[in-house]
Amino acid sequence: MTAIEADVLIIGGGGAGCSAALHLARRGARVILLERGMTGSQATGVNYGGVRQQGRHPAELPIARRSREIWGRLIEWIGTDVEFRPTGHLKLARSNAEQADLEAYLDVARQHDLPLDILRRNELHQRYPWLGTSVQAGSFAADDGSANPRMLGPAIARAAREAGADIREHHPVRSCRFDAGRFVVEVEGGSPPFVGPVLVNCAGFWGGSIAASFGEPVPCAPLSPNMFVTEPIPFFIQPNLGVVGGDVYLRQIERGNVIIGAGRGENDPDRGWSRPLPETTLSGMHKALALVPALSGVQVIRSWTGIEGNMPDKIPVLGPSLTTPGLFHAFGFSGHGFQLGPAIGAILSELILDGRTDIPLDAFRPDRFHEEPTPPTGIHAS
Amino acid sequence: MKVAVVGAGPAGIRAVEQLLRAGLTPIWIDESPDGGGRIYQRPPAPLDRSARTLYGFEARKASRIHDDFEHFSHLADWRPATLVWQIRRAGPAIELHCQSDLRGFTCEQVDALLLCTGAHERIVPIPGWTRPGVTTLGGAQIAMKTQGCAIGQQVAFVGTGPLLWLVAHQYAKAGVSVPLVLDTSPFTNKFRAAPAMFATGPATLLKGLWYTASVRRRAARVCEGGWPVRIVGDQAVEALIWQDQSGREHRTECDALALGWGLQSEARLADLAGVAFAHDAAQGLSVPQFDRTGRSAERGLYSAGDSAAIGGADLAEQAGARVALALLEDVGQSFDQALSRVLDTSLARHWRLRAAIDRAFPAPIGRAAEMPDETILCRCEAITAGELRAAAGPLAATGRAVEINRAKAFSRVGMGRCQGRMCSSAAAEVLAAHHQVALNQVGHLRAQAPVRPIPILAAPPPSAPPVEGSRP
Repeated sequence: MTAIEADVLIIGGGGAGCSAALHLARRGARVILLERGMTGSQATGVNYGGVRQQGRHPAELPIARRSREIWGRLIEWIGTDVEFRPTGHLKLARSNAEQADLEAYLDVARQHDLPLDILRRNELHQRYPWLGTSVQAGSFAADDGSANPRMLGPAIARAAREAGADIREHHPVRSCRFDAGRFVVEVEGGSPPFVGPVLVNCAGFWGGSIAASFGEPVPCAPLSPNMFVTEPIPFFIQPNLGVVGGDVYLRQIERGNVIIGAGRGENDPDRGWSRPLPETTLSGMHKALALVPALSGVQVIRSWTGIEGNMPDKIPVLGPSLTTPGLFHAFGFSGHGFQLGPAIGAILSELILDGRTDIPLDAFRPDRFHEEPTPPTGIHAS
Repeated sequence: MKVAVVGAGPAGIRAVEQLLRAGLTPIWIDESPDGGGRIYQRPPAPLDRSARTLYGFEARKASRIHDDFEHFSHLADWRPATLVWQIRRAGPAIELHCQSDLRGFTCEQVDALLLCTGAHERIVPIPGWTRPGVTTLGGAQIAMKTQGCAIGQQVAFVGTGPLLWLVAHQYAKAGVSVPLVLDTSPFTNKFRAAPAMFATGPATLLKGLWYTASVRRRAARVCEGGWPVRIVGDQAVEALIWQDQSGREHRTECDALALGWGLQSEARLADLAGVAFAHDAAQGLSVPQFDRTGRSAERGLYSAGDSAAIGGADLAEQAGARVALALLEDVGQSFDQALSRVLDTSLARHWRLRAAIDRAFPAPIGRAAEMPDETILCRCEAITAGELRAAAGPLAATGRAVEINRAKAFSRVGMGRCQGRMCSSAAAEVLAAHHQVALNQVGHLRAQAPVRPIPILAAPPPSAPPVEGSRP
């Protein structure tokens, strides 16, 4: 079979991969993206939809800032409204320790020009009288918000296709190798192999095994965010709500449904299977009720989850491979990938086409775990 | 050996009967506070009406079912007014996550589960179907059975199937004016299926003929082989515009309408439990895969009655008994082998009768694809057929969506309170026609927990520790 050639091969059609395909195609590169299922159907499609900068790891903030700039002009960039609404993100503290945590982050925010206001008890409850009394402080990031996760991946993929990228869904990768200066990627289902001088690993949780196959094992574990949504109720929760520690987060969309995330579901990545856990859903309902007591009696109508890649230090593997020239990684976003996606493609396209990027990537090196033993793959390491 | 039976309709009652006979004490759960299922639903206590009034020819059967239910519910671990909102595999065991207003949220672990969860109606959304005054045939019947009231004063009946004629008969007999009964299946279908119905179920055929004769006598107009075009009215229903078999348009004044094109299995719990689904060409639906004894390919998972395959109440009673025997056999308990042989023979005859009934009243496969763009398809989310077509591409912002779960993600069709019970069959037909693919290409709309809405309440979560992130 004659191999199919491209300048850049991308594995994984989530937010990162589709964004890379779009940025690269717009700059004239011949791109082929291989997606095992459908674009944006795992982490990108099932997450909470938070477009949040506050509270991020300092190393991630420059990417989040750059991404937020793209989010602001996303409609022009991809031609689609993916329901991005900069409603602000309110992170809440329920104890003195949590409040201290919020205040400590002010310095980080200041260093990265992220506007952030601390609201203490009285001001907080005056501004948001529907908050539960267990909440004692909050920090408000006015530029943050949310978008519709079901739309982002497919909408970027469509824009990438229009820019000339070849996006192939239902193309699960069977093997990939570096051979005589070029990558050879074989897929299930009888297609000829794909070859090219550059390979981009945007395979989410499965990115870990791709990195391992190039001699760069990293401890990437599957993570399934436990999500559920209520029936529509009159709109009153304006900002995105989160808490220190992240054990519950919720937002209300304009049509009235309240989307709630809390804890983790279960999964079996070998067969791409994941499910919300009933006990986790119930305890999430409880935690949400403590934040917003008016949710009492509101009906939960649906729950869901998917599979994300989770790193022990909660930041991704991002940047060039240290073993194989022409290989670039962008996976293991540990639940933060949705907001970062648009910028990830920009960074990857600069690395690939310009050989450099302004964003510091040292914290995301694949060899940062070298001291630690690698856990066996497939086991949840939470 | 811990067994749970979900559903206390005809199938559930007969399954529990056999399990009790074998010395087991099943956990027995129903959403309703009472047993009997929808078919033999009783009015609330203050409304005292005779079984004869309520169930007609089926009065004796209904009384026996109710008596047996009372008896068995005292022997079993009966959990009335309880919803099973999620099912989860926990190794060899099966977890049932329950909610009831009295007990709150609870979890039961069982070794085997019998799902006797019945059916819901199949609807073809026609313009105006979401107007107040329009309900399903079953809804119209329940209003009369349990509340002793009619859905209107001039009620038109539209759809196909035995239930259409039965409910029209019940309304007309109760003195409600019936201006129109529109059966979308032509008379020739019934004529051709009659010999097979006579051979396999003469009593059923006679009852059917009696109901149709009664309807023909009492209804102002009866049409077979026509199709409803639209329901008109400003705030409420004023009239139905319909076509007869020759395509000529008519207008019938009415203030309420009951619609229904047969039943489909209520199998969302089976779906969550991991039972496979496959496309059934005769029904044009994705249906759960249980064999004729009620076994699934999943260990410990069984189903009988309409939730396994649509067969009606008489068949459900026998299938309920049969599935319990299958379970007993699978776990190595002694069971009544003679009874199982008798049931197998009788069930085979009933399924032949059922096939003939389905030929007489075929589902209008593909008709929903003709829905005008502006007609609401998904009632819960208020999504029109046109919005689904636009969201499914090929020109959509999110690209082409042929598969129904993908189309749901883009359009919100089937995302609301009813989880697609009302709209999934129509949505599949709209999608298939839009993309010019066969109906089986759009796939199966996956169930998501909770199967019915559950309330956020200030009660402590169950004490069972969460098994986070483990493999099932």
